[in-house]
Amino acid sequence: MEEGAGTIRVLLCKVGLDGHDRGVKVVARVLRDAGMDVIYGGIHRTPEEVVSAAVQEDVDVLGISLLSGAHVPLFSRVSELLEKQDVRDIILVAGGLMPDEDLPKLKALGVAAVLRQDTTPDEIVAIIRRLVADRDERPAPRG
Amino acid sequence: MARATPKQLVAEVLEGRVQGIARLISKAEAGDEDGQEALAEVFRHTGRAHIVGITGVPGSGKSTLVAALTRELRVSGKTVGIIAVDPTSPFSGGAILGDRIRMAEVAQDSGVFIRSMATHGALGGLARASLDAADVLDAAGFDIVLIETVGVGQDEVDIVRAAQTVVVISAPGLGDDIQAIKAGILEIADIHVVSKCDRSDANDTVRALRGMLKLEVALSDAPQWAPPVIRTSVPEDLGIDKLRLAIAKHRRHLESSGRMDARRRRIMETRILKTAEDMIRNRFENRRDGAVSGLLDRVLAHELNPYGAARELLTALKEEGTHEAA
Repeated sequence: MEEGAGTIRVLLCKVGLDGHDRGVKVVARVLRDAGMDVIYGGIHRTPEEVVSAAVQEDVDVLGISLLSGAHVPLFSRVSELLEKQDVRDIILVAGGLMPDEDLPKLKALGVAAVLRQDTTPDEIVAIIRRLVADRDERPAPRG
Repeated sequence: MARATPKQLVAEVLEGRVQGIARLISKAEAGDEDGQEALAEVFRHTGRAHIVGITGVPGSGKSTLVAALTRELRVSGKTVGIIAVDPTSPFSGGAILGDRIRMAEVAQDSGVFIRSMATHGALGGLARASLDAADVLDAAGFDIVLIETVGVGQDEVDIVRAAQTVVVISAPGLGDDIQAIKAGILEIADIHVVSKCDRSDANDTVRALRGMLKLEVALSDAPQWAPPVIRTSVPEDLGIDKLRLAIAKHRRHLESSGRMDARRRRIMETRILKTAEDMIRNRFENRRDGAVSGLLDRVLAHELNPYGAARELLTALKEEGTHEAA
């Protein structure tokens, strides 16, 4: 991997009827302080909006924060839309209060990591960096 | 997913495909090599779009106005590319790009493409790759490209050397008319907007601005374009149509008066010089081999002054250049 090949770009949004944005704003700040470009998309977004924003912004990571309890249906819609657009290199990350029994479901929907209330800022940064590094290590077909 | 070759990327951009446009803008930002090749090809297909710069102090309502203007342009049948620039933190190197929040309403429209960009240390209100991104959107067929600068203060006016039409937004309640006299930002405007005109103190801002402009007209020879002052309020849907018409009128003025060529020339001149400057800076910054620190030691020991050190550095670069060419 090339050094300084580019700043990590992250889109952070809240989806659905949930205006509790303190958590996602903290995450935005933490990632910015770690040197990333964070596009903050705001609250009450639809899955369609976040996916089209993620494609236009060509982000490495799409982080969606949800405290409404509707994470399974909403993430399933998001991952469906990502697949439809044929974007497979955007890393999907969930943030919020999500019960243990839902974690396998989210994983099956392509969610690469779930950041919950007990994930520390340092862990958040480390997780995002690791996910991007892992993705870039996958051999690209180009020579 | 297979990586697109530069050729495929260019083809995708010319077809107006969102993913291709997004990828090439990323490559421009990263400054990588196959990106350069694709950008060179894309450049040949530019020159059709109207490049409009939107600038103003932080909090003056640039993003909100860009969204409202975009809606208005879409109704009139134009497609719109938007480049929204926000500042990079000088301390962490990271950035929070929040312009998109205000543009949610137009973001879903397939005739609109929005890209957020961090300045990454560039001054003057633009990012280094902003104009490359404008090229990409131009070649992709967008009729209007709106470049929203970071909130600029008093003399960061690069946008005037980047856009064909410059819109400067002033908001009520942000300082008296002396602020306006000081700022070079007033002189760069082709069109003035006073935003938030639902506020009662907006009249004072309009009055101060008009007074200032009258003075300017009296002082200069023959102003062929008198910058209009347009009052807008997005919640009351006031003045947005006027702004759209003024932008179109300014373009017609540039074309009929022959000034468009002069502007294009000025824009390209700046781009060439800026790019050369970037290239030289990059080469110096990549020289962690001791050449710079050796000079630095001599300057700190007062054996050499900074001017002499700079000249030595340039001479060294020149020699390297001839080696490479040989």
